[in-house]
Amino acid sequence: MTGIERINNCFTGRAARKKCLAAFLTAGDPDLTVSETYCRAALQHVDLLEIGLPFSDPMADGPVIQAAYKRTLSAGTRLGDIFAMAQRLRTTTEKPILFMVYLNIILQRGLVRFLQEAADSGVDGLIVPDLPPEEADEILGMAHQRGLGLVFLVAPTSTDERIKLAAVKSTGFLYCVSLRGVTGVRTKLGTDLPEFIQRVRTSTDLPLMVGFGISGPEQVRQVTAIADGAIVGSALVKLLAEGEDRDENLRKLGEFLSALKKAAE
Amino acid sequence: MLPDSNGHFGVFGGRFVPETVIPALEELATAYERYREDPAFCREFQDLCASYSGRPTPLYHAKRLSAELGGAQILLKREDLNHTGAHKINNALGQMLLAKRMGKRRLIAETGAGQHGVATATVAALAGMECVIYMGEVDIARQSLNVFRMQLLGAEVRPVASGSRTLKDALTEAIRDWVTNVDETYYLIGTAAGPHPYPRIVRDFQAVIGRETREQCLSEYGALPDLVIACIGGGSNAIGTFYPFLADGVPLIGVEAGGKGIDTPWHAASLTKGRPGVLHGFYSYLLCDEEGQVQEAHSISAGLDYPGVGPELSYLRDSGRLEVRTVTDREALAAFSLLSRTEGIIPALESSHALAEAIKIAPKLAPSQRIVVCLSGRGDKDVQAVAGMEGKSDDGD
Repeated sequence: MTGIERINNCFTGRAARKKCLAAFLTAGDPDLTVSETYCRAALQHVDLLEIGLPFSDPMADGPVIQAAYKRTLSAGTRLGDIFAMAQRLRTTTEKPILFMVYLNIILQRGLVRFLQEAADSGVDGLIVPDLPPEEADEILGMAHQRGLGLVFLVAPTSTDERIKLAAVKSTGFLYCVSLRGVTGVRTKLGTDLPEFIQRVRTSTDLPLMVGFGISGPEQVRQVTAIADGAIVGSALVKLLAEGEDRDENLRKLGEFLSALKKAAE
Repeated sequence: MLPDSNGHFGVFGGRFVPETVIPALEELATAYERYREDPAFCREFQDLCASYSGRPTPLYHAKRLSAELGGAQILLKREDLNHTGAHKINNALGQMLLAKRMGKRRLIAETGAGQHGVATATVAALAGMECVIYMGEVDIARQSLNVFRMQLLGAEVRPVASGSRTLKDALTEAIRDWVTNVDETYYLIGTAAGPHPYPRIVRDFQAVIGRETREQCLSEYGALPDLVIACIGGGSNAIGTFYPFLADGVPLIGVEAGGKGIDTPWHAASLTKGRPGVLHGFYSYLLCDEEGQVQEAHSISAGLDYPGVGPELSYLRDSGRLEVRTVTDREALAAFSLLSRTEGIIPALESSHALAEAIKIAPKLAPSQRIVVCLSGRGDKDVQAVAGMEGKSDDGD
């Protein structure tokens, strides 16, 4: 099965109003071995896993994920190790695994080499927060050739025209940024979220996943009432960063994700 | 005409930012297209340049320095005589006028040496707008005078503690603020970098430097200069100085900060030692490792301490129109002292890099030849730091 197919399959139950829960975890935080166990645990509960690749200057991310990337880089995690981890995860699951990766990481590896390594490791797609659809055609063609999907983001500030442009190029779903801002844990969702999702709906038939600022079951419930799924990131990264013991973290992560999953259903 | 409609200078430039701010960049590009040739807008900009900032700035013949070097004549474009003490005000005035016409009530900016922060705080005060300046903690420590100036002007200076705690991190933090408060906020980028249309807007507002220089040379000496030199951090004084000379064929030299030497990790020479990549929304030469992690730049001058460079300068260098050289911290310090002693002008450490290159080249040229050096800012802000360094023993390079 290609990555694009795996991402698409994730939403085949959509007609039956099945909602999708996605988790975002950072690769290599606090080190690669431990983060791999967290990824495995998350895959037990969620429908889709996003793995964040560390970057020195993550301009779309808030303090929680910035700090996680810093820990990862200090631990000496290399790109090759992350691909190897993805490959091991692939052998255990048919659920989609996506990389959230800033463009410079891809460019310095070499476009062809990065995409080939991602495809060879069983990664299904990429989310590149600093790659807008109008700059994406070259990478899009080369990714699709290798069965890799590319997921684009839309924001409350996006015009209808830009939403359509992103939808045409996006694989499987559209990533709807819930608010004006960077990633992070927020206590409340934006008041204009329902109107924004409604606007995206009229521009595309793609499934809509909502991310940024979603911190707990209540917000997952609110989001899945109007969209096809929710993406939870900083709340998980924060929970794991605050815990001291790996086994205790695994237990808490499992509990939290199953509560989120229940809220999504 | 470059850039093209997507902001590309050859392969460089473009727009690589989170989706949230792309509509704001489109709005800015539209507004700029509308106003850049609008007579009322241009008149207001020119009036402020003249009556508020003191333009045109002189092109000063540094006779004692030239005699000391015993070669070409050194002509200094005195951007240090602008209000607030550097060329940064040219761009800040222009973008403030744009922000006002776009109905924004809040200005944010990043700053390294503090010159752009001061310029932004100044125009915010002039326009009665709210102002937040992001500045790395390291820069705050080495430019405390400018921090106080910004506060005096009514701006809030927000210290940035992430990464290398310098200009690059201040820029990242300013982008995060913009992503969050995009509706009412205007992001006043200080260098000819960032996502399209900023490199073009900043270049156009700074091109007043080169235009005046060109006219002054022609009217005073009846000829274009034989060489034009400017320092390059992000590159706003350089592109502003060079741009009006591009069609003339006058040799152009950009000087990057060589820090403790370009074969050490402590420099800021992105064109000389970097590789093409994406940081802060544009594709250009960048100091980063093979895994894509951005490296910390080093320069004695906070204003040059940036691991990237404006996209148009990358384009001009690769196309062969611009020559790029490097000057070390030590050479810049020597130029700083020499100009102070021979001309009674204390230059900014940034501008001292351009000056140091002129000092190397002038003796090799004939006394009939003329070198223009963009003296982008005055050195008052650096005096304390230089005094501290001279008190110390050899720094080991």
